[in-house]
Amino acid sequence: MIDVHYFANIRETLGIAHEQVSTEAAGTVGALIDALIVKHGDRWQNLFGSGTASGKVLVAVNQVVVPFSSPIQDGDEVAFFPPVTGG
Amino acid sequence: MDTTIRVQHADFSLQEETNFLRAHSNNVGAVVTFSGLVRDQQDGNEIKALFLEHYPGMTEKSLRDIAEQAGQRWPLLGVTIIHRIGELAPGDQIVFVGVTSAHRGAAFAACEFMMDYLKTRAPFWKKCLQEGNEHWVESKDTDHEASKRW
Repeated sequence: MIDVHYFANIRETLGIAHEQVSTEAAGTVGALIDALIVKHGDRWQNLFGSGTASGKVLVAVNQVVVPFSSPIQDGDEVAFFPPVTGG
Repeated sequence: MDTTIRVQHADFSLQEETNFLRAHSNNVGAVVTFSGLVRDQQDGNEIKALFLEHYPGMTEKSLRDIAEQAGQRWPLLGVTIIHRIGELAPGDQIVFVGVTSAHRGAAFAACEFMMDYLKTRAPFWKKCLQEGNEHWVESKDTDHEASKRW
């Protein structure tokens, strides 16, 4: 299983903070996103369709920010969030 | 280098944090501290409160990584980074970066470096709570420019 986490405005837009996705969806972050869009439909399509290219959505695998082409495997923790605004 | 990282709801005391940093070593010649406060305006609009969200685990890890990078660039003796989460009111302390070294140059530079990196790399997100509405703060280009100069 892949542990998927959503934060901040992305969590609110999608209406979910955490879900588990089966490993068949794995391969790369991009493939995981495709599987999530198939699973959930429009809201995911709207967010990830433009967000990944425009930099409005970032991804971390096992708590390290990585490109969307990065590989993922069973047991990984994947998090989607907007650019950070702390401090 | 002694590193302290804390992500917490509670407030912090500048005096206590300074004393703690000084106590690390007898060779401390400089203590530089930065504390950030919640302003009462955001983009020209008055705010009632800020809400701070973080990514438990990754946030602490990224703050530790930022402190380690500072320790590799400058001869530091101690670093403390504290960031508050949850709801904060205008005037509240939100972030603390304290650094000690033998001489002031390294401490000044490292403190500014860590704040610039924290603003663009540590997973925190601010939501502005205003009269009648709330919105997530957008990241600022000026913060990214500031972080690129290092």
